[in-house]
Amino acid sequence: MQVSFFINGESKSVEVADENTPLLWVVRDILDLKGTKFGCGKAACGACTLHVDGEAIRSCSYAVKFAKGKQITTIEGLGNEENPHPVQQAWIEEVVPQCGYCQPGFMMATAALLDKIPNPTDEDIDKNIINVCRCATYYRMRKAIHRAAELKTEANPITEIENS
Amino acid sequence: MKKTHSYFVVSFLVVGMLFATTPYFSKNEYTTIDKVVLDSIQAKDAFNTMMKVISHDRCVNCHPSDNRPKQGDQGNQHHFDIARGGANTGFEATKCTTCHQSENNVYSGVPGAANWSLAPKTMAWQGLTNKEIAKAMLDRTKNGNRSHKDLIHHLTEDKLVLWAFNPGVNQDGVQRTKPTVSEEEYKAAVKEWFEKGAIIPEDK
Repeated sequence: MQVSFFINGESKSVEVADENTPLLWVVRDILDLKGTKFGCGKAACGACTLHVDGEAIRSCSYAVKFAKGKQITTIEGLGNEENPHPVQQAWIEEVVPQCGYCQPGFMMATAALLDKIPNPTDEDIDKNIINVCRCATYYRMRKAIHRAAELKTEANPITEIENS
Repeated sequence: MKKTHSYFVVSFLVVGMLFATTPYFSKNEYTTIDKVVLDSIQAKDAFNTMMKVISHDRCVNCHPSDNRPKQGDQGNQHHFDIARGGANTGFEATKCTTCHQSENNVYSGVPGAANWSLAPKTMAWQGLTNKEIAKAMLDRTKNGNRSHKDLIHHLTEDKLVLWAFNPGVNQDGVQRTKPTVSEEEYKAAVKEWFEKGAIIPEDK
């Protein structure tokens, strides 16, 4: 079965024997985008979080057939070293990662949160950022999420005022 | 002597035939079951069959009495502190559909069906008796203003409701338990119960 979609702005078409193949496997093993991580494989830890049509999803539990014609964004498409996304910039400033394995999932979840709630409270963060970090970097992540909200507002002041 | 013996035999046969042809109860001793009563008996059977499904964990887990979805056969709290949110579909960025898609996922064991969500809080069933659940279900102020026709449609055709009969495997790859009544029996029972007036049986 052939499945076509857009990923990080590029049109891609992949051939899969099983249309229920997890999107994560396609992203990592076929498209060679290794930033998105396999953690639990049960949609529990959030290491595999990426965006489909702007919504955070657990790609280990998302059949590739559902991605047909949709816009996928992975951590590689969020930003880059020259032009980091506010979330990536905040993560750098707050030196969040320890081992780093789970961080792409957290950053994708945070980027989705800031699209919905530009200035999240601690309660908003507690409700929406439920990924698992075995290094327990939660405290630094909380600071980084607030910092990312500031950076995003600074970068898009008009948009943020319109949204508020 | 011989004549007397014949007389007794004939008398015995006559009496015996009379007993054999006369019913033990006369016709007016039978009780005719009124159609209304019969319908209520059949409706009660249909009700009990229907409620075996509706009160099953597969259904009640998404009709919690608090704001936390339940999971498993013991109605455990949903993992990850997931809660109802403003629209019964989770929070702003972490929603039901962050993990649950429109089908069961055979790789992860995450269940899925179209419109995966909690039932509205007005339709909280957890902890209620069958009678209380049925009352709530029929109450248009609680059931989303659904008529009987709407309820039949919801109960027998909604993909999320019918997911109970196709709950897939859990995270360990083990088949989730299904209601003890088959999908066909359940649908027939729902239709029969409504056809017979949606009577909620009285407790005895």
